Amino acid sequence: MFAAVCDLLSVWSIPVVLLFIPLAGYLRRVRVYEAFVEGAAEGFQTAVRIMPFLVAMLVAVAVFRASGALEDCVAMLQPLLSLVGVPPELVPLAVLRPLSGTGALGLTTELLASEGPDSLVGRMASTILGSTDTTFYILTVYFGAVGIRNPRYAVIVGLAGDITGFFVSIWICRMLFAS
Amino acid sequence: MINLIWILFLTGGIIYAGLTGKIHLVTPSAISAAENAVTLAIKLTGVMCLWLGMMKIAERAGLVRLMSRIIGPFIRLLFPGVPPGHPAMGAIVMTVSANMLGLGNAVTPLGIKAMQELQKLSRDRETATPAMCTLLALCTTGLTLVPATVIALRAAAGSTDPGEIVGATLVTSIAAAFAALTVDRICRAAFTGRGR
Repeated sequence: MFAAVCDLLSVWSIPVVLLFIPLAGYLRRVRVYEAFVEGAAEGFQTAVRIMPFLVAMLVAVAVFRASGALEDCVAMLQPLLSLVGVPPELVPLAVLRPLSGTGALGLTTELLASEGPDSLVGRMASTILGSTDTTFYILTVYFGAVGIRNPRYAVIVGLAGDITGFFVSIWICRMLFAS
Repeated sequence: MINLIWILFLTGGIIYAGLTGKIHLVTPSAISAAENAVTLAIKLTGVMCLWLGMMKIAERAGLVRLMSRIIGPFIRLLFPGVPPGHPAMGAIVMTVSANMLGLGNAVTPLGIKAMQELQKLSRDRETATPAMCTLLALCTTGLTLVPATVIALRAAAGSTDPGEIVGATLVTSIAAAFAALTVDRICRAAFTGRGR
């Protein structure tokens, strides 16, 4: 029942918003087409502005992953984190989550296939993926779009959220689903 | 700090690859990542145009003002440096609304718009202001009510109840947002004290 509602929500939310905003605008005598085009025009320069930032970040992350350094970091962290009850299968996801959105998505897909979506690890992985975002991507894109070169403490703030999200995911899944 | 992280990933990766005999993987991965970055930026342009167009209609129709009245008081607490009537406030409100409604691909365009409005309030154009860091804290932890992507992924993997994790993700993202905002406050105090 609940799943059906969620399913419906994920299919309907965007169409409803796309229907509601222009309709509400039209009824309130906004020149909707002109307004849309005017707003959309702003979107264009942004892409060009974020490109250098995005190239810098994605290349560095890609090289770091290709070198195997990331995997070896994971291997080092696994025994440490299993001391506090973190399943070793989830450590790669924890490390990759803030760095690469597509990477984390791929890893979760693999985990769901190998462990099963309704296993404890599968549920934990789903929760981790669903509750935090790709910090480095957001940092790069948001700050890149306005030409910020010095993000100050924003990295610490984003990572604090990710680390909290990771541990809370594991804890809450144990509370809710482990029987 | 971003300089340190960047150089660590890049040079650390290259040296590590050299030492472990994977140096041949560096060039292709660097090149394809650079190409991906541009593709990603171009893909983002279309979505960006779509949602910024919608945002403009919503603004003219008074919908942004309506949303501001609902969640504005909470947002104002988090962004004391932003004047209440400023367009930045409207953009932040829309970003948070889109995040909560699970309009995944609308969040980035609106978030960027909010950053651009915040930049207009900033004197130093290359350094992030406290308000920008707070917005980032909100966005990286993304207060999502329905994580549509994950539910779809679970359904595709054959889960008997793909939506069962919604409660868990909600609690987790609230906790993560709370932690990020707390650290943000601490850092804001520590950094403004130092004047940089």
